[in-house]
Amino acid sequence: MEEKSYVEDIDRSIYDIRDDEKDAYKLKEGLTPEIVEQISKEKNDPVWMQNFRLQSLQIYNEMEVPDWGPSIEGLDMDHIVTYVRPNTRMKGKWSEVPKDIKDTFERLGIPQAERKSLAGVGAQYDSELVYHNVREEVAAQGVIYTDLESAMHGEHADMIQKHFMKLVKPNDHKFAALHGAVWSGGSFVYVPKGVDVEIPLQSYFRLNAKGAGQFEHTLIIVDEGASLHFIEGCSAPKYNVANLHAGCVELYVGKNAKLRYSTIENWSKNMYNLNTKRALVEEGGTIEWVSGSFGSHVSYLYPMSVLKGKGARMEFTGVTFAGKGQNLDTGAKVVHCAPDTSSYMNTRSISKDGGISTFRSSVVVTKEAKGTKSAVSCQSLMLDSESRSDTIPAMDIRTKDANVGHEAQIGNISDEAIFYLMSRGMSEEDARACIVSGFADNVSKELPLEYALEMNNLIRLEMKGSIG
Amino acid sequence: MSKELLLEVKNLNVSVEEKHILHDVNLEIGRHETHVLMGPNGTGKSTLGYTLVGNPRYQVESGEIFFQGKNITGEPVNERAKSGMFLSFQNPLEVPGVTLSSFIRSALEQKTGKRVRFYDFKKELAEKMKLLQMDPSYAERDLNVGFSGGEKKKAEILQMLMLKPELAILDETDSGLDVDAVRTVSKGIEEYQKSSKGSLLIITHSTKILEALHVDFTHIMVEGHIVKTADASLINEVNENGFAKYE
Repeated sequence: MEEKSYVEDIDRSIYDIRDDEKDAYKLKEGLTPEIVEQISKEKNDPVWMQNFRLQSLQIYNEMEVPDWGPSIEGLDMDHIVTYVRPNTRMKGKWSEVPKDIKDTFERLGIPQAERKSLAGVGAQYDSELVYHNVREEVAAQGVIYTDLESAMHGEHADMIQKHFMKLVKPNDHKFAALHGAVWSGGSFVYVPKGVDVEIPLQSYFRLNAKGAGQFEHTLIIVDEGASLHFIEGCSAPKYNVANLHAGCVELYVGKNAKLRYSTIENWSKNMYNLNTKRALVEEGGTIEWVSGSFGSHVSYLYPMSVLKGKGARMEFTGVTFAGKGQNLDTGAKVVHCAPDTSSYMNTRSISKDGGISTFRSSVVVTKEAKGTKSAVSCQSLMLDSESRSDTIPAMDIRTKDANVGHEAQIGNISDEAIFYLMSRGMSEEDARACIVSGFADNVSKELPLEYALEMNNLIRLEMKGSIG
Repeated sequence: MSKELLLEVKNLNVSVEEKHILHDVNLEIGRHETHVLMGPNGTGKSTLGYTLVGNPRYQVESGEIFFQGKNITGEPVNERAKSGMFLSFQNPLEVPGVTLSSFIRSALEQKTGKRVRFYDFKKELAEKMKLLQMDPSYAERDLNVGFSGGEKKKAEILQMLMLKPELAILDETDSGLDVDAVRTVSKGIEEYQKSSKGSLLIITHSTKILEALHVDFTHIMVEGHIVKTADASLINEVNENGFAKYE
């Protein structure tokens, strides 16, 4: 397998460099308190964060690797340090970036400087200015949009301490604990009471911050009556020499507030994407997730919403595309803890060339959550007979006063549809891409135009060479 | 031969899933001619239409199809489309995610190999939609998604008018339409005859749609054979007597 051999290449380069390092011995071990303390020191963590990292580390070392999903054997857990600290020991070279990634940059028309940066080998892409401008625009409304590290020292330090990893606790699972111990980079957004942020905030420009894109932490707090659309990610494959991504997203939606959180993730095909995302929604609040999962070798991704207050709502719209050599295990969870809450999940999954796509949904309704409404709809499209698509719904309903529904559909592209499009001059490849893009339009319709176009381009790229 | 042949079908035998449907079909269509293919249900008319445009489900056992002098018997459907063949589908498929307008525009670009100027395109599209009494909002709706039967047929005729094929094959375009819609569609076909000077093969088993149209030749197909070819007067005869005498 190509991915495997590629992983080995990376390991070898680590060994090569290891001799030069003073603390080479440590690299052979797991993650130690010394390493975590070192990270704390470099980041100038406040004391509470230093302790938090160390506690997380302890939890990490005590927990087992999850065994219920796709295999993550390709991860070298005995040498986890090599995933945690790659940047300081390795200087990537543009010439070492795999060809398929370069080609994708080319086809997506990403500027040269940005390509190198996205591939993790370039100097910092000159985006700080753009980012800065966006920040000033929303700052006029009292919105805080900054990186999490500096926020820990600023006037919102208490707010960070109060919310950081309170929703996704380190003991949630092994990779959440790892995240707690070694997180680095990410965004902090605070929208004050009643403020309606009209432009979507995009973290696109933040991708290139050093160390970001691997253990980054996103913390968003939308206060009472406020609203925000936050967009994370872009269609360019994020390439990282270390092939583990364990990010964390925590979203706090206040009373009658609204947050839409959109992501298009397109990880390079060697990546193990073990990401945790969670939202807490107060009375009358709304969380809307729009999620496109592309790329990666293995993904575990199940954004969860806790509907804590009366009348809280969640909507989840997602698409997952698993191609050759990919095993994408995605889904969504919702917990209804209060009366009159509602949730709607609408997902599409596509599998091709032996790709495996699994959709898990979990709906929990507590006995307090009377008058709950929940609907789950999952459609799968398999592009050939080698591919696989599974739907695994789970429901735990503790009240009789709830209306809960689930539907799943699995299908193929019909020859008739291909023929119809081809009869107007389209090539077979384009016809297939056109149908697949159309199938994913639940997500593309929810995205701002430029992102929708990017996603369609991405689908076209994934579909290339899918004939014969 | 004096007239310029657009389509020439020679001794065509076609089977579908190993069932022999068309038997030694011969057909010649010249430029700017309108042909009508009639016959009882299930007799192979649509099979001929599908075979001409190149549906891979229809297996050509023997015989040849020439289009504009070129043997296209083995050509894929999209190549035939680009060289000027068009089929109006009996049951057009719904394609979510692509608007009617952008679909037609990209098909035009495929066919001409040139970029289509947005303003000119929009203008022409609006005119043609008006002619077909289509609500302008349909241009930005997903192709055929949620369209009624009549709207789907009009969308097919709209595509024909915009793409201006050399040969348009209309497969039961009148079926399932009310009287007014048949009249509107018929107007669209007339527009195609006049402005594009293209040729037509109209497959139908009723004659309503033909009332206002100029027809050059009529063919009757029964059980996969073309049993009679004559001028437009044959339509009236069929109207009065049906197909019984050919069966």
